[in-house]
Amino acid sequence: MNFSEVFKLSSLLCRFSPDGKYLASCVQYRLIVRDVNNLQILQLYTCLDQIQYIEWSSDSLFILCAMYKRGIVQVWSLEQPDWHCKIDEGSAGLVASCWSPDGRHILNTTEFHLRITVWSLCTKSVSYIKYPKACQHGIAFTKDGRYMALAERRDCKDFISLFVCSDWQLLRHFDTDTQDLAGIEWAPNGCVLAVWDTCLEYKILLYSLDGRLLSTYCAYEWSLGIKSVAWSPSSQFLAIGSYDEKVRILNHVTWKQIIEFEHPTTIANPKIVVYKEVEKSPRVETENLAFPPAKAQASSLFSTQSKYDISQIPVSLQYVKPVADRANPRIGIGMLAFSPDNCFLATKNDNIPNVIWIWDVQKLKLFVVLEQLCAVQLFQWDPRQSRLAICTGNSKVYLWSPAGCVSVKVPMEGDFQVLSLCWHSKGDSMALLSKDNFCMCYLEREEVK
Amino acid sequence: MGDWKTITVPALTSASKNTSQNTSEKMSPSSLNMQQVLHSPLPLSKSVHSFFSAFCTEENIEQSISYLNRELTTLGFPSLYADYNDKELNVVSVLNCMNELLVLQRKNLRAQEEVEMQHLKLGSDMDHLQNCYAKVKEQLEASRREIVGLQERDRQQQSKNRNLHQLLKNEKDEVQKLQNIIASRATQYNHDMKRKEREYNKLKERLHQLVMNKKDKKIAMDVLNYVGRVDGKRGAWRTGKTEARNEEEMYKVLLGGYEQRQKQLLVENAELKKVLQQMKKEMISLLPPQKQKPKERTEDGIGAVLSDMEEDAVELNKENMWELSCETVREQLTNSIRKQWRMLKNHVEKLDNQVSRAHSGVLSDKDVISREDHELETEKLELEIHQCKEMIKTQQQLLQQQLMSPCDDDTSVLLQDCYLLEERERLQEEWKLFREQKKNFERERRSFTEAAIRLGLERKAFEEDRGAWLKQQFLSMTLDHKNHEHVKTQSAFSGNSDPDNQLMNFRSRQKKPHCLPSVPTSEEFCQKIQYIPHKSSSNAVLNKTTEDSKPKQWKGINKTETE
Repeated sequence: MNFSEVFKLSSLLCRFSPDGKYLASCVQYRLIVRDVNNLQILQLYTCLDQIQYIEWSSDSLFILCAMYKRGIVQVWSLEQPDWHCKIDEGSAGLVASCWSPDGRHILNTTEFHLRITVWSLCTKSVSYIKYPKACQHGIAFTKDGRYMALAERRDCKDFISLFVCSDWQLLRHFDTDTQDLAGIEWAPNGCVLAVWDTCLEYKILLYSLDGRLLSTYCAYEWSLGIKSVAWSPSSQFLAIGSYDEKVRILNHVTWKQIIEFEHPTTIANPKIVVYKEVEKSPRVETENLAFPPAKAQASSLFSTQSKYDISQIPVSLQYVKPVADRANPRIGIGMLAFSPDNCFLATKNDNIPNVIWIWDVQKLKLFVVLEQLCAVQLFQWDPRQSRLAICTGNSKVYLWSPAGCVSVKVPMEGDFQVLSLCWHSKGDSMALLSKDNFCMCYLEREEVK
Repeated sequence: MGDWKTITVPALTSASKNTSQNTSEKMSPSSLNMQQVLHSPLPLSKSVHSFFSAFCTEENIEQSISYLNRELTTLGFPSLYADYNDKELNVVSVLNCMNELLVLQRKNLRAQEEVEMQHLKLGSDMDHLQNCYAKVKEQLEASRREIVGLQERDRQQQSKNRNLHQLLKNEKDEVQKLQNIIASRATQYNHDMKRKEREYNKLKERLHQLVMNKKDKKIAMDVLNYVGRVDGKRGAWRTGKTEARNEEEMYKVLLGGYEQRQKQLLVENAELKKVLQQMKKEMISLLPPQKQKPKERTEDGIGAVLSDMEEDAVELNKENMWELSCETVREQLTNSIRKQWRMLKNHVEKLDNQVSRAHSGVLSDKDVISREDHELETEKLELEIHQCKEMIKTQQQLLQQQLMSPCDDDTSVLLQDCYLLEERERLQEEWKLFREQKKNFERERRSFTEAAIRLGLERKAFEEDRGAWLKQQFLSMTLDHKNHEHVKTQSAFSGNSDPDNQLMNFRSRQKKPHCLPSVPTSEEFCQKIQYIPHKSSSNAVLNKTTEDSKPKQWKGINKTETE
């Protein structure tokens, strides 16, 4: 495993282009585009204000930079460095901006979710979509980029509008039987739309592309409901993580529950491998200590090595009792993701924050448990294989694959706390992001296999 | 009781002593006499002699005698005097009286002793009973106390239970109340939310008007030049046509999805079908003995051949029809599979029965050994044969060595003798075993020949029956349609040879266990005969092989010795 040098970064804004050739990163109001292979700067754009959001167009030709504070979006072209485009939302304000799948339209959501403005880069046309719903996952595009589903709220009722992305024509419009819709997500095959209700009620509805209600699923009543939802890449399973610390998996034929994955604090089944990260501090030789210590020495002194041990079953996991009288309690399944080959499901239970659970989807059983020293910040699957990268906000990056798991310290001077990471689309490298810096991490071919 | 006795004995004895003393004081006639004597006005000498001496002195002999006489007569004794008037003492009567008195005294003493004993006994009994009484009383007291305690506890429990019931009811009420509260709050919340949302919507609307309708100059896109579309085409106008096209495309996508799913299902189906087919084939191959038997029972000769052919045709049809997944085929398939499965099940059950029978030690010779058992057995036997061969070889070698090595005659002879003796004994044993085996074998052969004869008879009977039937049929045919006689008979046969019918027949026959005494065909018969050695105990084969592979000289010796 090799690491590049460190580059400056702000607001964790670092994205690989969809074609995998470029890497865009932001430093304050500057957008820097680098070649992925040698990390040399290809382009440098200067925006009007501090950039708060960037996104590549699907064809990797354009990058949009959103400056929400000023209500401005600036678009840059990679092919024509002198081409520029600035979209000003004016007094309406701006809270979200994104590309349409064709990479020629930009969807801007105004403040208070008054409307969504669709700006075209091809023509002068501007379209408005009124009544968008103010929710986390209110817009969803199908994977092939043909259709867009949008959650709407009119007259205190939830609606879904389906648009054809090529000409923004409304295809279907239907109301959903939800109290307060919280999110929508297309199945990867683009034929089924999952719609889930607010956390006050456990309810998930499945709609066909033509607006027919396929099924409704409700696991329980009264207590807090759905926290996270993920489709399997084959569209075969729908995993639903909820506040009761369980993941339920629905099948795509009957839309009934296949299995329920519990996340207990003690693991007693001897077939489950529990990897526990343990620290081993380097030996300090007191005679060699200088005062004041050299910088490098100091960093090496305070950074500790860690490795994974296989714990003896039964294991009891560190459990954080959630505060009961607070809103949005830190309990339940907050993160879950299927591996790209459909074989594994990784989940995180928010009240056992140091632990990642990896489930074998073929056997529908718990496979591996990774117990980290710090709370897990983010995990992401390698887009090419069953390999999970994890960061816990310390100076290490962790990789798990069915063969085993490793803990790698980022060999940087000073403190490089990995807060986030993103995989390259080829799966042979990833960018590790800290608060002010980022670096590339290259994985050797032997490891890929 | 023993304990108790030992404990209480000293007390008793002391008590009895007292009582005995009392009784002696009260009852002994001597003491009575003594008292009387004491009260009598007779002078008492102060000497420390016995009472009698004091009673009678030289001086008062006469008075004493007269007193005694009076006393004795009042007691019913004869007078001491010889004559009533005569004051002469009759010694004989005195002696008699004395003797009687002594006897009486002894008797009295004995009676006293007995009474004392009884008293003792009764006293101890009394004590025992008193103890028992005390104990029982204690027990009674304890149980009374216990009862009271239990009653008290029961009362407490009941009150507790009542309390709990009350609590439960309260809790239930509470739950109900809370649920109502939750529901009412939820409705209230929803209502408020809706109100707020409406307000919010109004505000939004207002804001929208204010912000958007002012012709905000700022809302604009400043772009250097418009870029081309990804596909290079120009944007199409929105018309009814595009709408229709969009619809069409949507349905295409949906259809595509469904088609893909159908394909997956088809693949899955095909795989499952393959598995099913394979299973069916395997089942068929597993079941031939059962299938053949009924066929031969129902028809021989031409009929059987015909039925075979027809069945093959059906099979062929089925093979072709595999690909067509129409309902009739499915039904046929499931039916046939079900039938075969049932047959297999029957078979397995039968095997199970056999096994259980074998365990109970009534394994008949005609029972078919399952293939695995057979193979296992043969393997074992082969192994044993191998071992034996090796042993023989080593023995031979040793023998040769013995013969070759020129050692002194005496020892060699001795050794040889030893070996011979040992060998002879062993061989005799083996010979015995072998004899037994042979006997068994012959018995089996006899039973088989009997079976074969029976079969022949049965076949003959059947043939006769068939001949008669054919004749009848023929006659009727000739009467009705002389032209189609041949065809008809054949068709009649072929109708009978329907495989399903066969199966039915077969099953009905199978249900009766002894209806079919496993009449084997010639081939089967051969097989069975071949099976026999495997079936008989492993020793037989072992012995045979050892016998066969033994060197000639030993055989000769063996024979001579056994003879």
